[in-house]
Amino acid sequence: MGPRVGVVVFPGTNCEYDAATALASLGADVRYVWHHAASLDGLDVVVLPGGFAHGDYLRPGAIARFSEVMGAVVAFAEAGGAVIGICNGFQVLCESRLLPGALQKNAGLTFLCQPTELEVVSDRSVLTRGVAIGRRLTIPINHFSGAYVCDAVTLKKLHEGDRVLLRYTSNPNGSVDDIAGIANDGGNVVGLMPHPERASSDLLGSRDGLVLFEAVLASVRASV
Amino acid sequence: MRFDARVEVTLRDGIADPEGATIERALPALGFSGVTEVRAGRSFRLVLDADSEAAARVLAQSLADRLLANPVLERAAVELAAR
Repeated sequence: MGPRVGVVVFPGTNCEYDAATALASLGADVRYVWHHAASLDGLDVVVLPGGFAHGDYLRPGAIARFSEVMGAVVAFAEAGGAVIGICNGFQVLCESRLLPGALQKNAGLTFLCQPTELEVVSDRSVLTRGVAIGRRLTIPINHFSGAYVCDAVTLKKLHEGDRVLLRYTSNPNGSVDDIAGIANDGGNVVGLMPHPERASSDLLGSRDGLVLFEAVLASVRASV
Repeated sequence: MRFDARVEVTLRDGIADPEGATIERALPALGFSGVTEVRAGRSFRLVLDADSEAAARVLAQSLADRLLANPVLERAAVELAAR
């Protein structure tokens, strides 16, 4: 059996099936975790997928952050567990302070749903370990609030720790430093706005997302 | 004691405000001149029960900082009036 992956489902999450299907296609043993879950025991990876948790009321992630499951996610992350936040999941991780900064409305004030080209700029994370620096990946974005924002001190820390993982080659949303994905200090908690699960089959136009999911599963297999 | 509280959440200085900028650009087209800056924000109205105005202020500010505003982007200002 492959690594055990829990895909967290909040009311309003809508990418859980896609993420689960893509991960299962790589051999992961995937199950869904409802937002009331108090424990993540037995999991190797936790994925917070995309969507509109709690309707994105107030701000994306602002209500989801206080879900019961988030206490367990924080404990899981602090114990070194691999946590992957995709799009809305990235927003939840920032609101939860598991990742620094915030996702602000896109600079153009339009909802963006389009393929983007990304450059891998660090391999110091569960998402990018073993992926060649400089590799270009085409993966779609699908968001209204995807402009990554942080203060100058935080940005400096991200650079010093090699924690900027992915950059847009052509910035679509006004993100600081073209940032598309970052990691925490330990490299075990990552957030990215692009959707790897939407680039997981030739039928979808790209399989580049599988490169990142394979890296996650390989990271976990290596540490088990 | 019962208080009406208004919490105003606005973007911190230096944080880009695409909404405010878009409104600002639209004003001249509507014939409004002399507006040199627009900052967009949100306002929340709460009714609070607290023992004192000071206690009501602490309650409103703490819930605003914890939930209504994201301190990375925003600041929250509280106005209170006794009912």
